[in-house]
Amino acid sequence: MDFKLKIWRQKSAAVKGRFETYKVSGITGGTSFLEMLDVLNEELIAKGEEPVAFDHDCREGICGTCSLYINGRPHGPDDRVCTCQLFMRRFKDGDTIIIEPFRARPFPVLRDLVVDRSSFDKIIQAGGFISASTGNAPDANAIPIPKRNADKAFDAAACIGCGACVAACKNASAMLFVSAKVSHFALLPQGKVEARERVQKMVAKMDELGFGNCTNTYACEAECPKGISVENIARMNREFLSAKLVTDK
Amino acid sequence: MALAGLFLITFLFVHLGINLLLLVDDGGELFNRAAHFMASNPLIQLFQWVLFAGFIIHMIYGIILQVQNWLARPSRYKVEGYSHLSPFSKFMIHTAAIILLFLVIHLVNFFFKAKFGHIGEVNYEGMVLEDMGGLVRAQFQETGLVVFYIFALIILAFHLHHGFQSAFQSMGWNHSRYTPFVKILSTLIAILVPLGFIAIPICIYFNLA
Amino acid sequence: MTTLDPRIPEGPLAQKWTNFKAKAKLVNPANKRRLDIIIVGTGLGGASAAASLAEMGYNVKAFCYQDSPRRAHSIAAQGGINAAKNYPNDGDSIYRLFYDTIKGGDYRSREANVYRLAEVSNNIIDQCVAQGVPFAREYGGYLDNRSFGGAQVSRTFYARGQTGQQLLLGAYAGLSKMVSKGKVQLFTRRDMLDLVIVDGKARGIIVRNLVTGEIERHSAHAVVLASGGYGNVYYLSTYAMGANANPAWVAHRRGAFMANPSFVQIHPTCMPVHGEFQSKLTLMSESLRNDGRIWVPRKIEDARKLQEGKIKANDILEEDRDYYLERRYPAFGNLVPRDVASRAAKERCDAGFGVNETGLAVFLDFSDAIRRLGRKAIEEKYGNLFEMYQKINDEDPYETPMMIYPAIHYAMGGLWVDYSLMTTVPGLFAIGECNFSDHGANRLGASALMQGLADGYFVLPYTISDYLADQIQVPRFSNELPEFKAAEDGVRARLDRIMAIQGKQTVETFHKRLGRIMWDYCGMSRNEAGLTKALGMVQELQQEFWSDVKVPGGPGEFNAELEKAGRVAEFMELGELIIRDALNRRESCGGHFREESQTEEGEAKRDDDNFTYVAAWEYMPGNAPRMHKEPLQFEVVQLIQRNYK
Repeated sequence: MDFKLKIWRQKSAAVKGRFETYKVSGITGGTSFLEMLDVLNEELIAKGEEPVAFDHDCREGICGTCSLYINGRPHGPDDRVCTCQLFMRRFKDGDTIIIEPFRARPFPVLRDLVVDRSSFDKIIQAGGFISASTGNAPDANAIPIPKRNADKAFDAAACIGCGACVAACKNASAMLFVSAKVSHFALLPQGKVEARERVQKMVAKMDELGFGNCTNTYACEAECPKGISVENIARMNREFLSAKLVTDK
Repeated sequence: MALAGLFLITFLFVHLGINLLLLVDDGGELFNRAAHFMASNPLIQLFQWVLFAGFIIHMIYGIILQVQNWLARPSRYKVEGYSHLSPFSKFMIHTAAIILLFLVIHLVNFFFKAKFGHIGEVNYEGMVLEDMGGLVRAQFQETGLVVFYIFALIILAFHLHHGFQSAFQSMGWNHSRYTPFVKILSTLIAILVPLGFIAIPICIYFNLA
Repeated sequence: MTTLDPRIPEGPLAQKWTNFKAKAKLVNPANKRRLDIIIVGTGLGGASAAASLAEMGYNVKAFCYQDSPRRAHSIAAQGGINAAKNYPNDGDSIYRLFYDTIKGGDYRSREANVYRLAEVSNNIIDQCVAQGVPFAREYGGYLDNRSFGGAQVSRTFYARGQTGQQLLLGAYAGLSKMVSKGKVQLFTRRDMLDLVIVDGKARGIIVRNLVTGEIERHSAHAVVLASGGYGNVYYLSTYAMGANANPAWVAHRRGAFMANPSFVQIHPTCMPVHGEFQSKLTLMSESLRNDGRIWVPRKIEDARKLQEGKIKANDILEEDRDYYLERRYPAFGNLVPRDVASRAAKERCDAGFGVNETGLAVFLDFSDAIRRLGRKAIEEKYGNLFEMYQKINDEDPYETPMMIYPAIHYAMGGLWVDYSLMTTVPGLFAIGECNFSDHGANRLGASALMQGLADGYFVLPYTISDYLADQIQVPRFSNELPEFKAAEDGVRARLDRIMAIQGKQTVETFHKRLGRIMWDYCGMSRNEAGLTKALGMVQELQQEFWSDVKVPGGPGEFNAELEKAGRVAEFMELGELIIRDALNRRESCGGHFREESQTEEGEAKRDDDNFTYVAAWEYMPGNAPRMHKEPLQFEVVQLIQRNYK
């Protein structure tokens, strides 16, 4: 198959970027989207041009490094996959594919399609943890946890922190990411101890970093490669409101 | 935002209830009596200010949130994505602007006229009331206004369709058992409330009531 | 050649760790504040060590090449983590976990280390649960276990097919907590390019900032490498694309010995290679072997028809299917250890029974399990894996059997460390997959996560304190010392040298060619002639690389090609060492199968008389590396030929 690619090129955060058009040919359907970009890059290098920079690492859909906003959708046209598990058989021969970086004020472009998502780490650092220091733990079976809760906590914890929710949201809101983490801990007895402080600190950090607000458009859920539910956003709202109402001054 | 929105929806219900009295075939007596009650009862007068506050809060918050949201994505995408889950939610600020425009015209046409201007009077068994019903009937003879009203109310329907169920989510009330019901209710409200309002100009214009 | 002393503490096996802890020197809280530790890598080992050491009061600087510590490749581990909790009441114990691990490793690991690993395994589960890791639970609310290859008990804790992710997020959360307290300084998107040694002790590292291209110097009282394994030497593997051996290899160049590098694990259940553009192989969790049955056709003509695409798996009658693992190893069946399962698959495919167009695949069939347990139960257990398989292969594994083939997955070999996890360079520690210590010649499933967390949470914090207790008088190091400057100059010179070549071939071509050589001659099956040939080929490849590689851009900017070039240059040197080690070890053990050393039935044959040692290689600039031995002494376990029949 042959494709026409329109790719965002930007040398660094400081300079302006623009779209460039490229062609790739002879791509098989079983080639992954990133492997297609590898092919392009090999050709660019051979021609003496600079290859396209893009983030990627595990290439099995779990590390959350790959991003890319493909034809108007983060991680491309397939539901519930990362770009690394998007295969070219999903496109038609001769298609034009427009590839942009994830865009949000807290995700500045570093180069071409690579963006800085360390704001997610900062939100976690603000309180996305249970303060259990090494060596303090009681026996793992000391607190039975209802399977339902454990499963729900897992569903929330399955978030890979790729930022597709932010990229998809018309408001560049990080609510799905933050709420997944808040929910993960709020659903477990171990997490309850710090729940009130946690939700307030994480939300405050999220706002401070310049993410937008949630207007319940649910594009995040639709585009999340791990199918994280917006139920988590409601849970976080609940947690946040009740924490605000009852926490001492 | 969500609370103010829900509060405004309760107001819509009251407003609609009274308006529908216009369709009662009694020469507007019942409606005029209700309008008089609304305009004279001290509790309602007090509540009027709460209502104003509700509008203001809803608008100010809406604008602040929208500005923050625009700032959160300084450079836009070449190809804009979409959300197939909640199509109306993308246009809340736009529908809001139209509704605000409608509101201003609406207030000028009725509320301010009744409050500060002079409108005709009717006499019901010795009780002299302002003829609000007459005013409405007179206004809704104008084709342009009727069309604009219908348009604005359809826009309100879009706004409500997202707004009602969205308020529940924002308040944290999402539950696998009840949320589907809330969503159905949201659709119903979005259809029925504007439809009720639309019925009035149509009936009056086409002389059906 | 010298004999290496692993400095194993006195006492009976079960008491050694207790004795060590009782006698280890401590550092008081006020002094801990004055000591800095560099940790390279933020996977399970690195993140858990960073969190624990920072909690203890040390100042930690954590480095990773990813954009976030949460993306380290531990995240990709699927199946689970072992512990000797014996919750299912099936006769498990610390001793049994220890014994299975030693046996699984084909008696090429150090007894004392493995025993300690089994001993702390239970604390790991406790720690992770306390951190909020959502392990699978039963309806009663207690933790669930499943069985794994190489064991006859169910001791594997899991979080659906994403155990590594959940454990890493736990360790990352702990790390993040300490970042917020200012005790951990985080340096992401950094490649470690040299180790700085001052007065014979590891005192710092040189890194390249991958965003700006700047070269940075960082100093500390001790350096911990938690940078993972080197499987990417083989190009196609289940490793992350960025996974590299730079930290370990530059440490090796600076005097750290590399132990048993030829011990790499080839995982039996990966998706087969499908095309020439393929950049990586995707693993299907070993847990699938709990319910899936592995087979190839019994008749060669059926296999041929499959290869030509004339028939499908479901066209082959039950009696024409050869469940070769169940046939050869009735006691363990489909749950034999990874090396055994991989070799058996290769044996069938080499004999012409492969089932896809390349002839390099076998079936993993769930139809029996679906019939027995129902589709829903299978979906619940393996749903995400089945989904992933379908996405990649465009085939529904509920309807047709999966196709799998072995792929490079893990490196048992690594930097040589003593009982304290210290390398041959004082003050340089290596933990997790980066070291060689616990898995011998073959790692059992669900043991990598266990080792990473054991080292980071429960072993290193004690052993590094024992080392640092002598260092409390040593003031912070200045980056301006001549040793730092020399190291930085060296790094710059090497980068400039790569940039100056401007030849014709891309880095990728060299990496692919290296992988091909390694896989063909030093993969699942190795022999003297092939290895000797491969050694020459890798040396030639290196010469070609240093005269014809083409790297665009410049060193002072974001330059993914330059990163890759640096990594591939080290992979080639490491590949050479892997081959040398494989040549030296003229026995078959674990993942290392020498064709010259097999039984009549084609099973691996160890040579305990001559090879019960760890081969630790010393870097000799300009010369062939020198081998040192650490003899393996077994006080408790009796060496027997592994038997899974």
